[in-house]
Amino acid sequence: MAILLDETTRVLVQGISGRIGSFHAEDMIANGTNVVAGVTPGKGGTEFHGRPVFNTVKRAVAETQAEASIVFVPPPFAADAIMEAADAGLKFCVCITDGIPAQDMMRVKRYLRRYKAERRMRLIGPNCAGMISLGRAMMGIMPAHIYLPGRVGIVGRSGTLGYEAASQMKALGIGVSTSVGIGGDPVNGSSFKDILELFEADPETDAVMMIGEIGGPQEAEAAEFARDHMTKPVVAYVAGLSAPKGRRMGHAGAIISAFGESAQEKVVILESAGVTVAPDPSSMGVTIAGVLNRMGVAA
Amino acid sequence: MDIHEYQAKEILSRFGVTVPRGGLAYSPEQASYRAQELGGDRWVVKAQIHSGGRGEAGGVKVCSSFAEVEEAASEMLGKRLITRQTGEAGKSVFRLYVEEAADIAREIYLGFVLDRKTERIMVVASASGGMEIEEISVSDPDSILRLIVEPAAGLQDFQARELAFGLGLDKALTAKAVKVFKGAYRAFRDLDATMVEINPLIVTGAGELVALDGKMSFDDNALFRRPEVSEMRDKSQEDPREAYAADRGLAYVGLDGNIGCMINGAGLAMATMDMIKLAGGEPANFLDIGGGASPERVLKAFRTVLMDDGIKVVLVNIFAGINRCDWVAEGVVQAYAQADIQIPVVVRLSGTNVEEGRAIIAESGLPIITADTLADAAEMSVQALAA
Repeated sequence: MAILLDETTRVLVQGISGRIGSFHAEDMIANGTNVVAGVTPGKGGTEFHGRPVFNTVKRAVAETQAEASIVFVPPPFAADAIMEAADAGLKFCVCITDGIPAQDMMRVKRYLRRYKAERRMRLIGPNCAGMISLGRAMMGIMPAHIYLPGRVGIVGRSGTLGYEAASQMKALGIGVSTSVGIGGDPVNGSSFKDILELFEADPETDAVMMIGEIGGPQEAEAAEFARDHMTKPVVAYVAGLSAPKGRRMGHAGAIISAFGESAQEKVVILESAGVTVAPDPSSMGVTIAGVLNRMGVAA
Repeated sequence: MDIHEYQAKEILSRFGVTVPRGGLAYSPEQASYRAQELGGDRWVVKAQIHSGGRGEAGGVKVCSSFAEVEEAASEMLGKRLITRQTGEAGKSVFRLYVEEAADIAREIYLGFVLDRKTERIMVVASASGGMEIEEISVSDPDSILRLIVEPAAGLQDFQARELAFGLGLDKALTAKAVKVFKGAYRAFRDLDATMVEINPLIVTGAGELVALDGKMSFDDNALFRRPEVSEMRDKSQEDPREAYAADRGLAYVGLDGNIGCMINGAGLAMATMDMIKLAGGEPANFLDIGGGASPERVLKAFRTVLMDDGIKVVLVNIFAGINRCDWVAEGVVQAYAQADIQIPVVVRLSGTNVEEGRAIIAESGLPIITADTLADAAEMSVQALAA
């Protein structure tokens, strides 16, 4: 089923009544997503495109058996919305919101750890483009038409750079199983490693395109995982070869503050773990094509 | 967001950290007045700029008469200090802090950062204070103590004591050290800081623990709930291009090259800068116009990029998801009408409404260079530079 999400997944939209939430909820429905309900505190009892809107996530889950939620709640209230989703027993949650305070995210992560691993909600994002399982469903804000359905998984911090990769692949006839944006914040839900683990176990994915950037330890952790636990090839690109140290490049987490956090250092770490690294962002497509050819896999 | 040393000390002292007595001065006369107010016979005049390494750049002076204080102040005020952190442009000195000189017996390093591996606040301390932590990690790495704080419980007394003993502080100082460590931690947590650094934290001859310097940075995402912190912003310390962009909600970082960049998405922006470099050019800036950018926003972004006099070419690279290529194209056309554009502009559009966007550019009759791919866009920008 690609990973995490397919056309049967029962999806809840938190913040469905807002300008951004309603726009993307419509687009998600148009792309086959099984949106079963919305939540906006104070708007309970209303409807959105024939779907019921509830005041609380707990109520929405009780009434509609929703399994996953996507959060379009403004930054001051987003952490609270994620914790509400976890408390209602959802399996996973995608948070699109950009601009959540880092300490709020620390609190969210701490809150999620209250649950035993098997009952713990998986969080994707925040500050991400969400995810799309091609031809099945979308929980995100990506333009679905730029992807070709296929057997390569994409995982990246940046939304637009993920689009760039998908369109380069499409131009070469290479399709995507699921594309996941893990977001540009310093404290985020799922890491590169978490998503690689899912792709490795997915029978519909043959290889993974991983798009990293400067800052943080997650690419290095992913490199180690790819080396020790993956049979499928991973191709990577790391953005920010020209980024100066100590300056924050747009994403709250894109800042080189410690050893091993520059793009150059990450490239070395990835290559030494056997990951094929695209030398520049315009060759993400050809690099994955080369790897697929060597595998003898037609994408 | 960064603040000045005197502001950081004001905050820290509110959280129970002892700081030397001192006062702010905007003129040499005021500096000397501050010294008279403080009394004593030795003072330190410190340039207030958002950078470390002030001492070796001539921004810190120990004086032993009012005349010396006045002279040091007139020497520093209005000057652009170039430290190893500021780059060639340096930072202008408009405020001075005049402090009573301290009697230093020992110097300790104390820092608080957000550790991304554990996703918790980490305390970093070293008995080799006075140097930058980067230097300590090279010259005396074994002296560095690290401690992770459990966010639900906060920094505990026993942890603070462990640090104090680890630093080899006299046992008579333990209680005071616990107060300093816990106070600085609370300042970090309560005000949404991303960094608190006290370097050096000194032991005085009289056996007191005093923060001789103080540095704090704050989480921009949390400023909405910290008006008392936002208030401390000093735009004179920011790159004027960055201040202009920040006031308009654009993420901008000024760099030294001559190809101005206007891109959507932080990752694509970094990748485009990488491509420019590979093509033999130098990016002049990082600029993310964000999602759902209206023509007006594109125009604002254009004005921001053009504020840089060193710009020779502008590269617009848009991969529209929630953006619309037609809006971006309209914004570019409006920029030609409203801003005086005398340099080549390269535009690459892709994604949502790309055909409409390209049509707007083509029909405008403007001398816009269009590119289809990321590689072409970078290549053409560098060629336009040479032309």
